[in-house]
This record gives sequence, structure tokens and C-alpha cells, in this order.
Amino acid sequence: MRIQELTKQYDGKTVVDAVSFSIPKGKVISLIGPNGAGKSTVMGMISRLIAHDSGLVDFEGKDIGKWKGRELSKRLAILTQSNHIQMKLTVRELVTFGRFPYSGNRVTPEDQAIIDRAIAYLELKEFQDRFLDELSGGQRQRALIAMVIAQDTEYVLLDEPTNNLDIYHATNMMKIVRRLCDELGKTVILVLHEINYAAFYSDYICAFKDGKIAKFGTVEEVITKENLSEIYQVDFEILNIAGKPLSIYY
Amino acid sequence: MRSTPVLALILLVLSVGSLFVGVIRLSPGELLAGNLSLWEIFLVSRLPRLLALLCTGIGMSVAGLIMQQLCSNKFVSPTTGATISSAQFGILLALLFLPESTLWGRALFAFAAAIVGTWIFVWFIQRIQFKDVVMVPLVGIMFGNVIGGITSYLAYQYEMTQALSSWLVGHFSLVLKGRYEIVWLTVPLVVLAFLFANYFNIVGLGKDFSKNLGVPYNLVLFLGLTIAAMITASIVVVVGSISYIGLIVPNVVAMYKGDKIRGTLADTALFGAIFVLVCDMIGRVVIYPYELPIELIVGILGSLIFIALLFYRLKHGRKAIRLGSASHSGCAAPVRAVEGGGER
Repeated sequence: MRIQELTKQYDGKTVVDAVSFSIPKGKVISLIGPNGAGKSTVMGMISRLIAHDSGLVDFEGKDIGKWKGRELSKRLAILTQSNHIQMKLTVRELVTFGRFPYSGNRVTPEDQAIIDRAIAYLELKEFQDRFLDELSGGQRQRALIAMVIAQDTEYVLLDEPTNNLDIYHATNMMKIVRRLCDELGKTVILVLHEINYAAFYSDYICAFKDGKIAKFGTVEEVITKENLSEIYQVDFEILNIAGKPLSIYY
Repeated sequence: MRSTPVLALILLVLSVGSLFVGVIRLSPGELLAGNLSLWEIFLVSRLPRLLALLCTGIGMSVAGLIMQQLCSNKFVSPTTGATISSAQFGILLALLFLPESTLWGRALFAFAAAIVGTWIFVWFIQRIQFKDVVMVPLVGIMFGNVIGGITSYLAYQYEMTQALSSWLVGHFSLVLKGRYEIVWLTVPLVVLAFLFANYFNIVGLGKDFSKNLGVPYNLVLFLGLTIAAMITASIVVVVGSISYIGLIVPNVVAMYKGDKIRGTLADTALFGAIFVLVCDMIGRVVIYPYELPIELIVGILGSLIFIALLFYRLKHGRKAIRLGSASHSGCAAPVRAVEGGGER
């Protein structure tokens, strides 16, 4: 996926300003940055949820807006933060929707097998017939990820997947993200607020500031004292823990 | 124990019962004996009435189910979504501009008005993102009352109140062979709703969610609302306004069956039909040999059930929408297991 000169304006105010970068395949890429830096808007544009004003999102040789909705759904999945589901659906019913782009109304035995695997992969087997509103936030988030796995896309985009989760569930969520990439070979793009999760679990980091890319590169290239202090305007210390540059800010 | 066959059995018993309730005594034995005049009553009045009742119950509850799902709001229904009042407005327009119009002419006006009215309502609530779920039906009720006000004003101006009154209060006493058949339209529309059930579910989960699965959000939304509005209009034009069913029935069924439309549609339809049949029988028996309009009975029973639902939700919160969440989970589990099996 290649992003070229991507721009978005809201009411004449430029939120994303000529952003260009390429997304390496089969890696975990985190988009970080202060509030209002444009990372969620970029996420929305590269997932076709938000239309871009100018520029290009080249997805497998074609602009993302020119893809047929259903075809794109088999290649790219997006989970936004707004998925607070009000409906009384069981976990299995939700995961089954992941097969919708392929089978529509008719769920085939192969689909069932894929759904079973997705549910087992996220250890939701014992909850599969429970209603979503009876589950904890972490379990619900896992059910949504299971749906995305059932959707069987090469690209998985997650907008703040750790939002509203406690440390235990958030860390588990990041481990799942890592497994999506390492075990299932998916390209995962995340919007994250927690810098240390980004540093510990991603391969690449794209840091935004004021609608532009401040830094894009490997974790080691981006997570430095100078870069982070510049982007967030607070003092940073970088510690090397378990071979990863983790940061302390104060 | 599965709920669907039980409901179907209850409905069957009530349907047969409904055929033999009335001013003129009619018994299966006399029919079998070949009494021609009784057969005439049976075919011209009793049977059409039963069919209209069934279509109304099924149609109104399914229309309510679709609207609640599409708007992801449990308090939206043909009554609280301005659909019924729009259909009545359409009928008035037909009476004003085409006084000679047939049932079909009026139906067309009612269809168009109901569709446009519902679209405007949903467009409006989408524009203004309400934080509180109760605001949506309140706006719908206000909007419905504005349309109702215009309807009444025009009716007074052109001395149409009397003609219109038969569409304002729903009743089945004028349902006779040859003048109710439009209500059959609900059957293909309900089938259509079943075919699109998964689309409606996905759209109900939100715009981003639908886009992610490649479902055209706006198209499905408008299609679903059109189906719901057409079902409602075809009922209003034949029997008049029947409130509450579209509001209560889907809520009651969702309590024990969840919100997957494919799983709940049959129960919702059956439950709706049973509710209408019971209300109709009460209306026919209470001041026998006279008859109370069904809207009155539905209104009384419906408002009571509605208040009970509200209290139940307040007391148990959102989590306990399923009946008896903790204590009954043991016996509820097999039901869900069977459901899951049915889908495979």
C-alpha cells in the first residue's frame, strides 16, 4: 500500500497535509502522535471510511476509492473505536458477519470451519453462544478481532484497539496483534496512544504532528529522546528494556 | 424447548377460535353440514377478517423490527417514527385530490407518503446525532404529531373528518372480501425482509461496520425503511392506525432471542399475530354483541406492556435485557444451542 500526498480538510482547516509513505507488507505499523495530529484521519482515509480530498491511496495498484466495497472487504479490514455494539448478538453471530463479504447470506461449511478457527484462535470457544453485552470489554474486543480474522484479509487496520482496556487486557490485545502478524502473516496498521505499546510490539512507527509525518521508520529510528520530545513537547527518557527502546515521560 | 413451534401452535389455536367468534353463531359442525348462508358469512367476513388480522400482526411487528434494527434504537417503530401518521396524511391527500379514488389509489398515496415521511425522519435523526436514545422516539412522536396536526387541519377545512376517522382508529369491522386484499402485500414484503435480514443487521451495527464488510450503508438503510413503510401503509389503508405492536413485539422477542434478525423474525411475526388476534377477540367479546375498535384494546394492553418493559429495563439495566439473566441461564442455554444448530 502506497500513500501519496494525501490531504484532508475540514471546514477549510487542513487536518492532514500532503502525507506520503509506503506500508511494508507483513509488518506491524503503528501510527502515533498527539491528539489532533491527524493519525486517525489518515487511518480513516487509507481504510476508505473517509474520502480523501486529494492525493492517492494506492492499494494493490488501484486507488482505494475505486475498489468495489465487497472486493476490498476481502483484502482489508478496519475496526474503529465506534464499535460499541448495542445489539444483542452472540459472539458466534458477530464472528459469522466476518464471512459476509465472501458468502453473503449463505454460510458454507468452509465458512463455519473458518469461524470455528477464528473463535478458537482468540480463546472465545466457551463464550461463543453468549451475548456480547454479557461479556467484559476485553472479551468484546477479542470477539471483534475474531470477526476480523474470519474476514480473512491481508491488511488489518485497528483504530486504538487498547482504548478503554485495563493493562492486562490491553497487553493481551497487543500480543494478539503481534500474533496476527507473526503467525497469520497479516499486515497490521494501528493507531495507538500508548507509545510503549507501539515501541514494544511494532516493527515500524509513523509519528504524526500537525497533520504531517514527523518521523517514519523502524522502532529504533523513531523512538529516540530527541524525536519524541520534539513531537510531544514533553521531556522524555529512553530506557532499553528487553531490547526495545521504552520511554518515560514527565 | 423451542419457542417458535410453541408460538405457531398457539397462533393456530387462536386463529381457528377467531373464525368462530362473532354475532352470528357459526360452528364447524354447521359448516360441514353444508349450510350455504353460513358458508357465505364464513368466506365473506370471517376468513378475510382472520387473514387481515394475521397480516396486520405479522406486518406491524416486522416493520417495527426492521426500523428498530436500522436505527439501532429500541424505541423506534412505525408509531414513533412518523410512518403511520404519514400514511394517514397520504390517504387524506388521496381523498382530497382524487375523491373518486379506489382502494388502490389511496394505497399508492399512502405508500408514497409513508416512505417519504419515514425517510425524512431518519434523515433528520442521522443529521442530529442524539446522545440520548430516548430523544429519537420523542422527536419521532413530535414529528408524527405535526403531520397528524396538518392532517386534522386539512380534514376540518374540507369537512373530511368523518371520512378520515375510519383510518385514524384501527378496526377490523369493515374488513370484507373484496376490500381488504391490499393487506396481503405484507406477505411478500415480509419475505423480502427475511432475505435482507443480515444486511439490516449489519447496517444496524453502524456505518463504519457496514463499510468494513462491503455493505452499502445508505442503500440498505433506504431499502429497509421503504419496506417497513410499505408494510405499514398497506395495513393503515385497510384497517387504520394500529399502534404499539411494532414497538412492543420486537422488544419482547429480543429479550429472549437476541437481535439476530434471521433468528428472531419468525418469532416476532408469530408473536405479533397472536397479540393482534387476542386484542381483536377481546374487542369482539367485551361488549358483545357490539364491538370495540381494536386500536382501543391494543392501546390499553400495549401501553401497560410498554410501561412494564420500561420498568424492567430501568431495574435490570442494559445487561439484563434477556429474561432472567443469571438464574435461568441454565435452561436458556439449550435453546440457544438449538438455535445455533439451526443456522448451520
